[in-house]
Amino acid sequence: MKFGVLVQEGPYHHQSSDSAYQFVKAAMDKGHEIVGVFFYHDGVINSTKLTDPQQDDRHIQKRWSEIAEKGVDLVVCIAAAKRRGINDDVLAPGFRISGLGQLTEMAIKADRFVSFGA
Amino acid sequence: MSEPTKMMFMMRKAPYGTIYSFEGLEAVLVMGAYEQDISLLFVDDGVYAIKKGMDTSPLGIKDFSPTFRVLDGYDIDKLYIDKESMEARGLTLDDFVVEPEVLDKEQIAKLMEEQDVVFPF
Amino acid sequence: MLHLVNKSPYSSSSLDSCLKFATKGAPIILFEDAIYGAMAGTSLESKMIEVMKDHPVYAIKEDLMARGVNNIIPGVREIDYTGFVELVEQHRPCTWS
Repeated sequence: MKFGVLVQEGPYHHQSSDSAYQFVKAAMDKGHEIVGVFFYHDGVINSTKLTDPQQDDRHIQKRWSEIAEKGVDLVVCIAAAKRRGINDDVLAPGFRISGLGQLTEMAIKADRFVSFGA
Repeated sequence: MSEPTKMMFMMRKAPYGTIYSFEGLEAVLVMGAYEQDISLLFVDDGVYAIKKGMDTSPLGIKDFSPTFRVLDGYDIDKLYIDKESMEARGLTLDDFVVEPEVLDKEQIAKLMEEQDVVFPF
Repeated sequence: MLHLVNKSPYSSSSLDSCLKFATKGAPIILFEDAIYGAMAGTSLESKMIEVMKDHPVYAIKEDLMARGVNNIIPGVREIDYTGFVELVEQHRPCTWS
């Protein structure tokens, strides 16, 4: 099946990004296609390469970048990103900044669309 | 051409305290251009997003409630409100900048079951 | 429709709103802080038992473990993220956060 995912919260502050990651990983392990992960609201903060957590904690941004290496499209909403100081200069590998049209297209393409956060 | 995707924006959050309803509305406006089957549902504190008489000028926050009135121009005319949420908050249709269709919980449950995607904002 | 609830029922109306609109038989997944609603011996237990007459209720094992909740209400089904995915395969999801 084709799954689309929306992440609405920033990393560390909320568990939503962790939950979305666990869901995406489990879905990929089961052989599903992830048509994309869209980062919206504070969710855009997941995409900054300036992320530098303590050594003994998970690295949320790197985990997403690893998911991207497996061919998953990670889309950061441009309007939400600009508001929060996220641009191409700070963007981590595997993420790309684009418009809400991408969210629409994911929702159209996906058999199932799952939102995490809010 | 395939059937349009049925997408519902479920507005459940109050405006200004958090950004969900404002950014949710921004998403609605973009999706309006894609000729899909879009509806907006106001439920819980989401009903406050369309209240008349907002004046955010002392806060310097952008008042986005007028934007709800132009949704028609984006081919988004399916606006619904949960009767219980509205009445619990002492509000009537006269209190809103738009005129959503008032639905009871059974009607909303049925509408939700018909959706391909529900976006929570 | 599959209902996903992630907020504690003690501090949020998410679960109540979900229950208001969930049709009979629709499954509910409790995850993140919502799993506190699955704990036995609480003021919410009798309510959850009523809920389970109309809805299968699932709680995410990883979230229960993380929060040290091991006494769950009989009838609540523990699932991992693979189980979460399987439920999404079967139903279109709606998130109540």
